[in-house]
Amino acid sequence: MRRNGPLALIFHVIFVIIMVAPILVVCLVAFTPEGYLSLPTNGFSLRWFRTIANYPEFIHAFWVSLGLGALSSFVALMFAVPAALSIARYRFRGRDALAALFLSPLMIPHVVLGIAFLRFFTSAGLGGSFAALIIAHVIIVFPFALRLTLAAATGMDLSVEMAAVSLGAGGWTLFRRVTLPLILPGVISGWALAFIQSFDDLTMTVFLAAPGTETLPVRMFLYIQDNIDPLVTSVSACVIAITMTALILLDRFYGLDRVLAGKGDTGR
Amino acid sequence: MTAVADTAPQSAARERGPRTPWALTAPALLLFVGVLLIPLAMTVMLSFHDWGQYKGIEPVFILKNWHEIATDPYYAEMFWRTFRIAILTTLLTAVLGAPEAYILNRMSGRWKSFFLLVILGPLLISVVARTLGWALLFGGNNGLVNKLLMSLGVIRAPIPFMFTETGMVVALAHVMMPFMVLSVWAALQRLDPQIENAAMSLGAGPVTIIRRIIMPQIMPGVLSGAIIVFSLSASAFATPAIIGGRRLKVAATLAYDEFLNTLNWPLGAAVATLLLVALILIVVGSNALIERRYAEVFR
Repeated sequence: MRRNGPLALIFHVIFVIIMVAPILVVCLVAFTPEGYLSLPTNGFSLRWFRTIANYPEFIHAFWVSLGLGALSSFVALMFAVPAALSIARYRFRGRDALAALFLSPLMIPHVVLGIAFLRFFTSAGLGGSFAALIIAHVIIVFPFALRLTLAAATGMDLSVEMAAVSLGAGGWTLFRRVTLPLILPGVISGWALAFIQSFDDLTMTVFLAAPGTETLPVRMFLYIQDNIDPLVTSVSACVIAITMTALILLDRFYGLDRVLAGKGDTGR
Repeated sequence: MTAVADTAPQSAARERGPRTPWALTAPALLLFVGVLLIPLAMTVMLSFHDWGQYKGIEPVFILKNWHEIATDPYYAEMFWRTFRIAILTTLLTAVLGAPEAYILNRMSGRWKSFFLLVILGPLLISVVARTLGWALLFGGNNGLVNKLLMSLGVIRAPIPFMFTETGMVVALAHVMMPFMVLSVWAALQRLDPQIENAAMSLGAGPVTIIRRIIMPQIMPGVLSGAIIVFSLSASAFATPAIIGGRRLKVAATLAYDEFLNTLNWPLGAAVATLLLVALILIVVGSNALIERRYAEVFR
């Protein structure tokens, strides 16, 4: 294959700078020693990272996000694993329609989902509760949990299961000792991707969260609406650092390209 | 359309009977009917209810909200702005993202995976943090972007980015760019590099190769990327809300305002329903068009 010419490389460098610039500038401004937004010109300071400690609502929101992401991804998998096994192995009437339904939260705008859940949970007397947030997040992360589990279940060697059946394993033992270990990498990656989706969601959650159940993106968004100061950049820098760590772990464990390829079909 | 691979039903478990697949999917199906389809139906119903400042929501069946959206030019302008921003964002990502995917594809192994990570990684970083970055870069009339553009002599006077559609399009294009690069990248993986060499050996220049060989083959990738970017941009919330502020409304931010500030839920539900229906029609319609036009590529 031909090499890239100098013009192509210049384009590439500018492109990458533009892609990285907004993320970089948030992290740089977070280290400012000044009391206002500025690039750190006279020395780096951790002042604004220490300030986060004075804002318990940010710390509380972080724990809400963490718990919500972990729990809703786990619950989504409880539903997604059997569904994925069924879709991967059986051909039955309604199979394609079911798969389309299960992937549909990717196609429905999150603002519409937010409104629908707000209306639904308010009528059900659960408005603003953590339980409502969990159920809503289970729905939006379900496609991601299903996709990666499905990929693992589709590629599974069924003769192993047959061997186990011939040796007398069945039902729950078969699932716990044979099937689950074989699809586990897909299940864990599905959980991780679902967690990231849940952790990042703003558009739907902003409709459902009440004071006390605000997630970190919601808290940050509401804060930015009033004023942009270095505090919110230091919080963002922490979020970016956490995401990067998760990304590196995910890359080691499963391969980021496979995870992202699963995400790239969003909206189709 | 469906992303499920066709797998042969060769299964040890098949003897377990025809009810097994349904038994396995039943919990998820019940969950989806109970907490997705019913709430969506309730939202559509809500858009036909009445609302008053003092009486609140009245569960009657009237067309008041739909009539208001159809006749008040404010809503026509707002929807037109929403789709204008989405179209411009889509064009910007296609014009920049497609060449970048092509350049990336020609890099050697290690650089390729490194830059792919750099470009796709932001996909997983909070949208609030990424948009905040643009708000910092734009920052009034003497933000970094304007300073840079002026010192390079690209522009004479500063361009207002904050609270304008220009700023929204730039920030949204950045947020959506990974989807476009990924989509074109996937199309490039199916392309046989030998075709390019064959064209070169037959005397085609670089421009001809790109125009006649590469472009037609990656077009399906560009178009399916465009559908993803368009539908996500048209329903985007965080970026328009932060860059556009309270004045410049798009469909998602307007629905948010009706729900959480004005408290006119039926009107907000009507705006959301219209957005959902319009998007489904556009996405399904353009998918069908693309699949017919490029039937041979998808086969």
